[in-house]
Amino acid sequence: MKVLLNNENIVLDDGLTIKELIKHIQLCNQYYAVEVNEQIVPKSSHTSFLLKEGDKVEIVTAIGGG
Amino acid sequence: MEKLIIDAKEYDSRLILGTGKYKDFNETKAAIESSSCEIVTVAIRRMNIGQNKEVHNLLDYISPKKYTILPNTAGCYTAKDAVRTCEIACELLEGSKLVKLEVLSQSKNLYPNIIETLKASELLVNKGFKVMVYTTDDPIVAKELENIGCECIMPLGSAIGSGLGIINEFNIREIVENASVPIIVDAGVGTASDACIAMELGCDGVLMNTAVALAKDPILMANAMKNAIKAGRDAYLAGRMEKKQHGSASSPSKGLITDD
Repeated sequence: MKVLLNNENIVLDDGLTIKELIKHIQLCNQYYAVEVNEQIVPKSSHTSFLLKEGDKVEIVTAIGGG
Repeated sequence: MEKLIIDAKEYDSRLILGTGKYKDFNETKAAIESSSCEIVTVAIRRMNIGQNKEVHNLLDYISPKKYTILPNTAGCYTAKDAVRTCEIACELLEGSKLVKLEVLSQSKNLYPNIIETLKASELLVNKGFKVMVYTTDDPIVAKELENIGCECIMPLGSAIGSGLGIINEFNIREIVENASVPIIVDAGVGTASDACIAMELGCDGVLMNTAVALAKDPILMANAMKNAIKAGRDAYLAGRMEKKQHGSASSPSKGLITDD
């Protein structure tokens, strides 16, 4: 399936959870938050939330700013 | 020592430091430590996907366990985008509801869009956020934001990153005199005297980033800011003497050996 991750098209296996996506992209930092189609997906749901074709996924973190 | 209280938490330091524009995370950390600040601002951005394991995150250096992390909405131009950013920041920071709201109008002077700022403030307050709001130095707008329920009002001294200092001391004083929530000058500080003036005017604190990050020696400037803010606060509490048009001798005029 195709999803838009941080505004870039990527192809993933069907039925991936957010937790699996995080593993797939080798994200090892603990400080991140996830939004799917402009709705926050709380950390507690990452193992159960299934991604689907066309989802718009945002993974954000804190960076330097004033 | 009297403390700054924000969201029911007491702070010894009245300096809030931004984390942008430093050379690297080590310099960011050293400047923060040198300033003795307890609240630091961060921006919320898309994660750089594909980064290798060696690349650390800002929060590995500035631990949320040690510092109050204040996420900002920098780069947002509408209330909708600002609220969305605050909500994801809250998720990122494990439910922390303290946010720095800034809704900008255009990129040249980075002045706040007041209409959108008022809208976003109301939406965020209703969602239970503790809003520290960046605004102009307009006393009427400042009071309106307070009435909406913002935690803290943060008028600009001058444009973000300009280093021009406090261009309208009268307005800042007016805002302070009318306020019953903390007033923190946010933006425009260029050097230590600017921060000191903000505190002498009665502000409860100063938020800055560029003045420290872009100093030739950011760590030394962070220390200067710490001292300036302390000095300014003490001077405010001490109550300055009245300004006079003419001179007034400090030494007695009687008893001079030259008197006949």
